[in-house]
Amino acid sequence: MKIIILGAGQVGRTAAYHLSREEANDVTVIDVNEDALRDLQDRLDIRTVSGNAASPHVLEAAGIANTDILVALTNSDEVNMIACHIAWTLYRTPKKIARVRSADYTERERLFGENGIAVDVWISPEQLVTEYVARLIRYPGALQVLDFADGRVRLVGIRARLGGPLVGQALRTLREHIPNIDARVAAIYRSGKSVKPEGSTVIEDGDEVFFLAARRDIRAVMREMRREEAPARRVVIAGGGNIGFRLARALEDKNQVKLIERDHKRARRVSEQLKNTTVLHGDSADEDLLLEENIDSADVFAALTNSEEANILSAMLAKRLGAHKVMALINKPAYAELIESGSIDIAIAPQTVTISSLLAHVRHGDVVRVHSLRRGAAEALEVVVHGDADSSKVIGRRIEEIVLPEGTTLGAVVRGEDVIIAHHDITVQPDDHLILFLTDRRHLEAVEKLFQGSASFL
Amino acid sequence: MKDIVLPVAYVFAMVIMAFAAAMLTPLALAIWGADPALLSFIASAGATFLVGALLWAATRRYKRDLKTRDGLMLVALTWIALPAAAALPLWSYLPIHFTDAYFEAVSGLTTTGATVLSGLEALPRSINLWRHLLSWIGGMGIIVLAVGILPLLGVGGLQIYRAEMPGPMKDSKLTPRIGQTAKLLWAVYAGLTVACVGSLKLAGMGWFDAVCAGFSALSLGGFSNYDANIGHFDSVQIELVLTAFEILAAMNFATHYLAWSQRGVHAYFRDTEAKAILGVLLASCVGVALFLLSKGSYPDFGTALRYATFNVVSIATTSGLHNQDYSQWPIFAPMWMIFLSCIVASSGSTGGGVKMIRTLVLAKQANRELDQLVHPNLVRPLKVGGAVIANKVVFAVLAFVFLYFMSVVSLVFVQLASGLDFMTSLSAILACINNAGPGLGLVGPGGTYRILSDFQLWICAAAMLLGRLEVFTILVLFKPSLWRK
Repeated sequence: MKIIILGAGQVGRTAAYHLSREEANDVTVIDVNEDALRDLQDRLDIRTVSGNAASPHVLEAAGIANTDILVALTNSDEVNMIACHIAWTLYRTPKKIARVRSADYTERERLFGENGIAVDVWISPEQLVTEYVARLIRYPGALQVLDFADGRVRLVGIRARLGGPLVGQALRTLREHIPNIDARVAAIYRSGKSVKPEGSTVIEDGDEVFFLAARRDIRAVMREMRREEAPARRVVIAGGGNIGFRLARALEDKNQVKLIERDHKRARRVSEQLKNTTVLHGDSADEDLLLEENIDSADVFAALTNSEEANILSAMLAKRLGAHKVMALINKPAYAELIESGSIDIAIAPQTVTISSLLAHVRHGDVVRVHSLRRGAAEALEVVVHGDADSSKVIGRRIEEIVLPEGTTLGAVVRGEDVIIAHHDITVQPDDHLILFLTDRRHLEAVEKLFQGSASFL
Repeated sequence: MKDIVLPVAYVFAMVIMAFAAAMLTPLALAIWGADPALLSFIASAGATFLVGALLWAATRRYKRDLKTRDGLMLVALTWIALPAAAALPLWSYLPIHFTDAYFEAVSGLTTTGATVLSGLEALPRSINLWRHLLSWIGGMGIIVLAVGILPLLGVGGLQIYRAEMPGPMKDSKLTPRIGQTAKLLWAVYAGLTVACVGSLKLAGMGWFDAVCAGFSALSLGGFSNYDANIGHFDSVQIELVLTAFEILAAMNFATHYLAWSQRGVHAYFRDTEAKAILGVLLASCVGVALFLLSKGSYPDFGTALRYATFNVVSIATTSGLHNQDYSQWPIFAPMWMIFLSCIVASSGSTGGGVKMIRTLVLAKQANRELDQLVHPNLVRPLKVGGAVIANKVVFAVLAFVFLYFMSVVSLVFVQLASGLDFMTSLSAILACINNAGPGLGLVGPGGTYRILSDFQLWICAAAMLLGRLEVFTILVLFKPSLWRK
């Protein structure tokens, strides 16, 4: 697929990396900053064009005329929207994805589409990250909570700890432990390596377990993996930027939220717009301030400033001062690996959250949702199967008959409103949504092929 | 050092094996024509493949992604070592020393076209095809071909491509994927070659000669199947066809691709280099013809223009085909031709020398310095064809021209020290470093390089490699830091 990415910022760079490593994609990146482009070109097999991303001249130089997808990721909403609109008006680019941060635009649905601005999909990275963090706070103990089928099914990543009834037991005993609840363990990672989840696999203390379950069953399954934690009440947020502010607004009705912001003016602005949040002006790595604000009784401390180094330090400090659980926003994958074993409980990688929402649009076959996991090494997909028993390699077959590539698990089937956890005797029907987990995304092509159906159907 | 060299050797081993496959072409011709060189080709292809396979097996566990410096090393290694393999058929069949065979192979791969062989028409066809095929493969670049064929050179591909591709601005790709860009360039190159071969056939050549001359013209090589080179045919039509395709080959192949994909000639008008080349060539051809007429070398303007055009275009584009012993002309004309060979060919073409874009950048930079003297506060970016050239590129061009000039001077001194006369030394080194081919004096179009000693041949071979890889890629090998971890 031919893809143009506008903007070589943090999000643009990650998108270019993820998209270009798939053999089938031809990626061109446009930015005004030539140094950033040269750097990018040295690392990735892509083309770069320097210039204003919303200029038709520059878009033409990047080959917009036969581009399949335009992904506008510059830091200006306006540039992104106008670039998409130009691409559609002048070149009929089939798919335009724009990063639009301002809720001022995104709240007004009529703005986009047929008679409005030609943006097919808008994504707001800050909004996505905020939702992601909010879900983590809602499910204490979870490392990751990812939605499928509009939230009816969730993939939860959790670290198994002694005290959970299933820890030390074989997986097949899960049914005996919680007879009325159905769940499927999709992957297990033991000290960084994937372990194939089979009936006889024994879950050990410290394993990172990914399971799929219907939304209402998640807590029950989590209880099996580790002792249940009390729901978070007191939340301290470091950083009143876009993400911090949005998170405070999302949580302030149900939780007791404190927000620490360094910049006085910004702190004022934020406090004017929030209702029940205590906004504090100060440095989130200031020990006295944290102690004064009873950091030792905080259930969650989330460091969400723009500077990842500051996030790591303030989260570590908060942990030492007694915060129950600390999270830090970290962009660099290398840092995330570094602190995984340290005192920070959860490293939030904003780009993987954003990139996931992009990936679904470049996949072959009818892929409606993609979540990139473990810094891009693994992937979870939601695929819709079309056709009939003749044209498709999966329809009309029982799950045990489908030969999946290595490291791939079929976790759940969503049929209409029903969530069916995938057992070997379930037969796949047309228009089912299948949820798959790939421990090694290198087998992605084989998976895509399996679900694409035969050429005669296409 | 082991960790630096062996991963490069792994990729190099694959290049060797692919190169062995290239020997199958003359081998097939030898079988078909029941050629006496058949055994030489079988032995050479077998030996080359075996060496490649052994090296591959020995270095397989060092496989990793290539970094920038690996790319430089791979390109330099390929260009220095591969001619040895290419020389095998020549060495084993012909009664010549290895030095001669290596010189001939380097001359072929670098598209120089200087030869140590005489009695070319008596050579087996397979040997002649091999000489021309070497030119053709080397023309667009061994590594560019490898980048297109070998998928493993994905990310590292651009670094390698840069090390081999001529011209100062190497970041512009035709397509997002480097592998595709390489394939496209080769497709344009092959397409033009087919067109050239067809035209030559129509102009009256036999198929075999047409293929060989087509390879020579598009790669701007200069080899021929005849001692008298193109003069053997004595045909205006053939000369016109070759002149036209030499000019095309001296232009940027990216421009050809653009013109082809847009189905129009717009791209040529926007290519500053192409316009400059056409202008310089046109003025030179007419000028040299008038000069020759005035000196009485030819009786009428028509004949003078015919010989001036073919030889000026050939030498200026660094092809080196010729239809007259132009070294017999009054000295201004051949010297001017050799000077043109330094500057005319475009970046991204198969030609050699400093390249037209660097000449333009230098001229504008010199002009900018002069303006700066008059207006000390002047702010003026350097523009070529409306596009601003970054100062970084200007500095790189200055450094390149200095190294190029110093290479010429020092190699000429080496040749003089070895006992060669001045005219032969200077013209041989210039003809070799520009990949043009014949020089003046002893190595003029009437003679061959056989007259030089082994030592002098090695120096010439070094000059060809320096010129083909644009100096930097070879000189960087002498930086100790390249070899350190």
